[in-house]
Amino acid sequence: MSLGPITLGHYLSLGGMLFALSVIGIYLNRRNLIVLLMAIELMLLAVNLNFVAFSHYLGDLGGQVFVFFILTVAAAESAIGLAILVVLFRNRSTINVEELDTLKG
Amino acid sequence: MTTTGALFYFFAAVLLFASFRVITARSTVHAALYLVLAFANAAVIWMLLRAEFLAIALVLVYVGAVMVLFLFVVMMLDLNSDDFRDGFWKHLPLAGLIGAVIALEMALVLMGGFRLTAVPAPDPQLAKLGNTHLLGVEIYTKYLYPVQLAAVLLLVAIIAAIALTLRKRKDSRSQDPSQQVRAKKADRLRVVKMDPVLDLPSAPPAAPAAGDKK
Repeated sequence: MSLGPITLGHYLSLGGMLFALSVIGIYLNRRNLIVLLMAIELMLLAVNLNFVAFSHYLGDLGGQVFVFFILTVAAAESAIGLAILVVLFRNRSTINVEELDTLKG
Repeated sequence: MTTTGALFYFFAAVLLFASFRVITARSTVHAALYLVLAFANAAVIWMLLRAEFLAIALVLVYVGAVMVLFLFVVMMLDLNSDDFRDGFWKHLPLAGLIGAVIALEMALVLMGGFRLTAVPAPDPQLAKLGNTHLLGVEIYTKYLYPVQLAAVLLLVAIIAAIALTLRKRKDSRSQDPSQQVRAKKADRLRVVKMDPVLDLPSAPPAAPAAGDKK
């Protein structure tokens, strides 16, 4: 089995596949808000993977610092997202996206 | 194939499988647990890229904090997971099309180049310090202001999450100190004017004085 050495392209392809999978997940789970949040977390993970891979192969630590900040923002985002979800469930007793149409958007 | 290559393929396969199960799992709890698996595998892949600090941070922050939060919320909300499955397969053609388009576009870009195999040799003196030390030096010198901004962002997130979910319980009995301090004498004490009561020694006990009650 000769697959050759692991290149930057391998990591980028993995990140791309992960991102495509989570986009598919957003379309499939149109109704479950929690799984939508999880798919967003997966997307952020794919982006972070690309950052780390570039940082490794280009020998620049800036990419890892950026991942650090993305992790911070993602943690804040999921905390506030889940808080909103809990309040939503308390008021409407549902997290089905299609029933949340009060704003008539 | 080297050991690193074998490890990469193995963990990449598990990562993709886990993320596939995240988006297709029937129960939301299973989806959250598969997401934990995906994060753990991503941490190992980052370890292969020599980003030790970020790998450990991913495990601590995501697996340890964010996913536990997810699991708490999932279990707290008492969801009926069958409602969510209606129209799951209806969206599959569109979703598959868009996913395939995204993967194809990325493949087009990635086929062109990115055959980088040679990692630039790190400065041996810097390499001795280790990834965590170098990252710390970088963050606390060059990126000090962004770090402080990130700290403020986290503080705002904490306050927002608490303020959103805090509610006044109707059934709890508690004191309101400001209300207590604001109480005036007139709220509590009423001075009633009344005639003096004469205690007559010869009055019969059956007939009370006329001006007794006012």
